[in-house]
Amino acid sequence: MHANDPEGAEARYQAQLNEGRFLIQRCNECDKYVFYPRVVCPHCGGASLAWVEPKGTGAVYSTTTVRRKAEAGGDYDVSLIELDEGVRMMSRVEGVAPAEVKIGMRVRAKVVDDKGAGLVVFTAEEAK
Amino acid sequence: MSLKDLRGKIAIAGVGTAGCGEAHGMSDLEILSLAAKIAVEDAGLSMKDMDGLCTANLNAAMWPLNVVECLGIRPKFVEGTNIGGAAFVAHQLPAMLALDAGVCDAVLVCYGSTQRTAAFGRKERGAARILLDPDPFQSPYQPFNPPSSYALIAARHMYQYGTTRRHLAEVAVAARKWAQLNPEAFSRDPLDIDTVLKARMISDPFTAYDCCLVTDGAAAYVMTRAERAKDLKKKPIYILSNATAVWHRSVSGMRDLTVTPSTESGERAFAAAGLGPKDMDVVQIYDAFSINTILALEDLGFCGKGEGGPFVENGAIAPGGRLPVNTNGGGLSCVHPNMYGAFATIEAARQLRGECGERQVKGATTALVNGNGGNSSSSQSTSVLATADAL
Repeated sequence: MHANDPEGAEARYQAQLNEGRFLIQRCNECDKYVFYPRVVCPHCGGASLAWVEPKGTGAVYSTTTVRRKAEAGGDYDVSLIELDEGVRMMSRVEGVAPAEVKIGMRVRAKVVDDKGAGLVVFTAEEAK
Repeated sequence: MSLKDLRGKIAIAGVGTAGCGEAHGMSDLEILSLAAKIAVEDAGLSMKDMDGLCTANLNAAMWPLNVVECLGIRPKFVEGTNIGGAAFVAHQLPAMLALDAGVCDAVLVCYGSTQRTAAFGRKERGAARILLDPDPFQSPYQPFNPPSSYALIAARHMYQYGTTRRHLAEVAVAARKWAQLNPEAFSRDPLDIDTVLKARMISDPFTAYDCCLVTDGAAAYVMTRAERAKDLKKKPIYILSNATAVWHRSVSGMRDLTVTPSTESGERAFAAAGLGPKDMDVVQIYDAFSINTILALEDLGFCGKGEGGPFVENGAIAPGGRLPVNTNGGGLSCVHPNMYGAFATIEAARQLRGECGERQVKGATTALVNGNGGNSSSSQSTSVLATADAL
């Protein structure tokens, strides 16, 4: 995208997610992957960032179980996922108990509906 | 001019705290005013002598305006940068530069929060902050911040280096043992490692005891040029150096979860002071969570990377241990009103003055202060302080 695009990177990222597509950026000048989406590359300062489809696979870099009362919905997972492209994002791992999410676990991205907005979550690869 | 040229040119001349613990019915600004009055009088000065001001608040974007109006001062130098709780350590360098340049003659650094007892409570303030300062790539996953971000850091540290929950508990117990020697500390009941380990889990691997207190409290200190400080009421505490490093906002933006910006701020601060970790008699580390103390001990060079857990074992940083760390009880057991940097600075100054009673580290002439800010060790500011004997 270019600095004079009518739509910002954050808005475009979310619009894509709302259509079920998870895209990240790669800088056209330094070739590095970028997440979260920006209009200026944090690695080289370039303003030409292309949208690319990640492989969708990665590994749990760190994880915590947030403790919550059962009546409020119970415990849930918050994890940092390192995509195979090398960028890291906060997300959650679904399909296994929060306590079963472990650092190093291989995971795969999927886009779910979160109160009407697209959201990237992950599932354990073994569970697929 | 370099950082080294400022070595010892500026001193802390007065300190004060107020409203620590619970300050029922008081506002942030009211307890800040009381702390400021105590600090100014401690220096033997008056409020109208304060022609420089450093202050910040989590809820007000233009907080210095609130403070100047309330205190009735008209500073020639004002610094309102908010990089989280490290701010009130990081305020030192700009204040040192302004004082050294003669822009002003006395700088008041001050902070106050009644987060614990405020009618407009923590839940509402937290929600308002997210509204005004969105975190769109983290908020949908509902991290319980700041605990969850530091929990992610701790979990990674445990994975990479074999750090254990027992190591984290050692930090909490050491802080409590110091607090038991400090009449100003909020939590003074006995605490042992098993109690920490078996307590209510907040965000794994942290139980409630791995997390800082939620208290009210205000802190203020006065900085002047060293030659003026010598003629004031109290023994001057010289600032040998101050350096700040700011790397990221969120835990998702950290390159290595186990390495904090204090690797950089510490290196610069020690180099300018001409001293190293081995020369520090007393150490005040901003312990928002138990892992912070371990990270700072490693990143400041008191031990190697990954060795912080074993370093704190067997009461090594508790009273009577090999290194006195957080002698007031820290954010974990003494006081933590949202942002703690000024309190760490004041405890270092009190130790160097020899005013600490039962918890006094005998003969301390040097002190290290390490401020921590943000939801994930985002900012760090390191100072080396000393008495005239160590100048």
